[in-house]
Amino acid sequence: MRFFSIAFATLTVVGTACGRGGDSATSDSISTSGVDLNGAGATFPYPIYSKWASDYEAATGIRINYQSKGSGAGIKQLSDGTVDFGASDGPMTNEEMSRTRHGPVLHFPTVLGAVVVSYNLPELSAPLRLDGEFIADIFMGKITKWNDARLAALNPSAKLPARDILVYHRSDGSGTTYVFTDYLAAASRYWAESAGGPGRGKEVKWPVGLGGQGNEGVAGGVKQTPGSIGYMELAYAKQNSLPVAHVRNAAGEFVEPTIASISAAAEGVVASLTADSDYRISIVNGPGAAAYPISSFTWLLVYSTPPDAAKAKKLVDFMRWMYSTGQQSAAALDYAPLPAALAERLTNRLSTITPTRTP
Amino acid sequence: MTDAVPAAPEPLAVAPPDGSTALEGRSAADAVYRSLTTAFAVAIPVLLAFITFEVVAAAWPALRQFGFGFLTSSAWDPVRSQFGAAPMIFGTIVSSLLALILAAPLALGVAIFLSEFSPRWLRQPVSFLVDLLAAIPSVVYGLWGIFVLLPVLRETVMPFLANTLGLGRTPFFSGPAYGNSMLAAAVILAIMILPYISAVSREVLMAVPRSQREAALAMGATKWEMIRDAVIPYARSGILGGLILGLGRALGETMAVTMLIGNRHEISTSLFAPGYTLASVIANEFAEATNELHTSALMACGAVLLVVTLVVNAVARWLVWSVAREPKS
Repeated sequence: MRFFSIAFATLTVVGTACGRGGDSATSDSISTSGVDLNGAGATFPYPIYSKWASDYEAATGIRINYQSKGSGAGIKQLSDGTVDFGASDGPMTNEEMSRTRHGPVLHFPTVLGAVVVSYNLPELSAPLRLDGEFIADIFMGKITKWNDARLAALNPSAKLPARDILVYHRSDGSGTTYVFTDYLAAASRYWAESAGGPGRGKEVKWPVGLGGQGNEGVAGGVKQTPGSIGYMELAYAKQNSLPVAHVRNAAGEFVEPTIASISAAAEGVVASLTADSDYRISIVNGPGAAAYPISSFTWLLVYSTPPDAAKAKKLVDFMRWMYSTGQQSAAALDYAPLPAALAERLTNRLSTITPTRTP
Repeated sequence: MTDAVPAAPEPLAVAPPDGSTALEGRSAADAVYRSLTTAFAVAIPVLLAFITFEVVAAAWPALRQFGFGFLTSSAWDPVRSQFGAAPMIFGTIVSSLLALILAAPLALGVAIFLSEFSPRWLRQPVSFLVDLLAAIPSVVYGLWGIFVLLPVLRETVMPFLANTLGLGRTPFFSGPAYGNSMLAAAVILAIMILPYISAVSREVLMAVPRSQREAALAMGATKWEMIRDAVIPYARSGILGGLILGLGRALGETMAVTMLIGNRHEISTSLFAPGYTLASVIANEFAEATNELHTSALMACGAVLLVVTLVVNAVARWLVWSVAREPKS
């Protein structure tokens, strides 16, 4: 299944990043010999991590092998100490943090991603405007027709058809679902688990709709079915030329998901961070008039006291490069770079990584 | 291997006149060969037992918590740790049996044509192309399904079944036609298992002795009567074996089904409604399942799939056995 998502990503994202196909091929072939750092985890940031690995190897000769097996596998392999770093779209729970082999784990945000709400309504010319309450009601099956009065109130100039709404959601457990349900739990009164709704998670019990396999499954379903709505990563909506809804943020503005509006979501939250933050923070529905509300960090997971000093140095050097040079290649792959102030704070935080054995 | 073949007959070739050494040498080689093959034969059941043990052990927390309810409940809510596999068990069995019903006549038709009617020059290319269906990767079937099969089902086949034939009034073809459905899964599975059934049936039909056919024709049978009364009865246990092979493939198929079945934890009588299978739920959720009970519930699905496959195979074997025992008419 993972192979499929990777293969598909390789095929389809090639337009935005020439050479991605080559990257994935090398990362597979170098896994056998001469690898300096091994990592595993989330599939969502795989394209950018893969590009970083190949750029970094070209610049320094250090080889990094990243396997996109899923956030769950990344957390597990890091906890078992079988990889040098993990990666996850959702922060580790306290219980997971307590079961690691080499002590405390640090969360380092690397880039930002967004989940967009895409739809298929050939009748509409202008982008649809939605808010959290309304999206939640659609995905809970409380609203079943596109010509709903509340939707008309949000979109006074749009001519809404009397079609049935068909919901597409992800069938596989995924960080995309986590970010989306995290947002709905924050933005809707009825979505949270405590309110009897589906709750937040990588996999939830969907009251209505069809399950698509992977981002490509949901995107394919929405593209083919008039009247459908679904959520996916920004890059997939772009590749399939699907319209994306402008979503009302906490400040009451309807915001289009763009690289700038996603970065803005982090800026609003970062301003209020304390100096000793562990960066396990959610930025959905964050403050700021320009912030796109369904945005999220994706994290690298590293040990605070790694057992191998030589590898730890290589990893820290790579991450320092990632927070400076690496950030510049994010936008081309539809990831939003971290705000500059945050990248600087995280670079300084790298010095807290202290190996247990010195060479 | 290649070295051993010429070396083996040597003791025979240089056998001394009394023959004693040769026999001893042969019996030693026999003993080694025998223990080697025995070890191979034992290794497979041991491996199967080990896999079963591991799966059941990993599934134990979920099985203990939900008990028999795991098999009958439709609840699947990872957020609240509620798990039940009834829709997946239903979906696995229904999609596979439906696929078999769709594929069997087609596969048998191909096999009979190739063994009885086809001109010699056509036989090889057609066999080759049908067998080639088995070589196409599952995800390619899935992608083809999403981009070709689903639109055809949604826009042509489903409206035809429901409205033109009027089957929409029956519970089996009711509801909105989304495309992603039990029907779509069954159709893709039928295409995928067709080469297995047809290849086995073809070989079995070709192995029917010429005398069998000639005898029937000599009795004044038409070609159709000859095939029906002389060829197929002779080959039926082999054909059943091919059907079982196809069914086994269908039960375990994952990727293509996951992409087309709609992945919904619900039991519906309508073939237009989405469903779920045991293999699909494991493929969908295992990678991101971090909660222990969730992982365990997925392993329990694996254990249930193992049992379902075992039961279906046992029933099928019994069927072959009872058919093979019947005196041929």
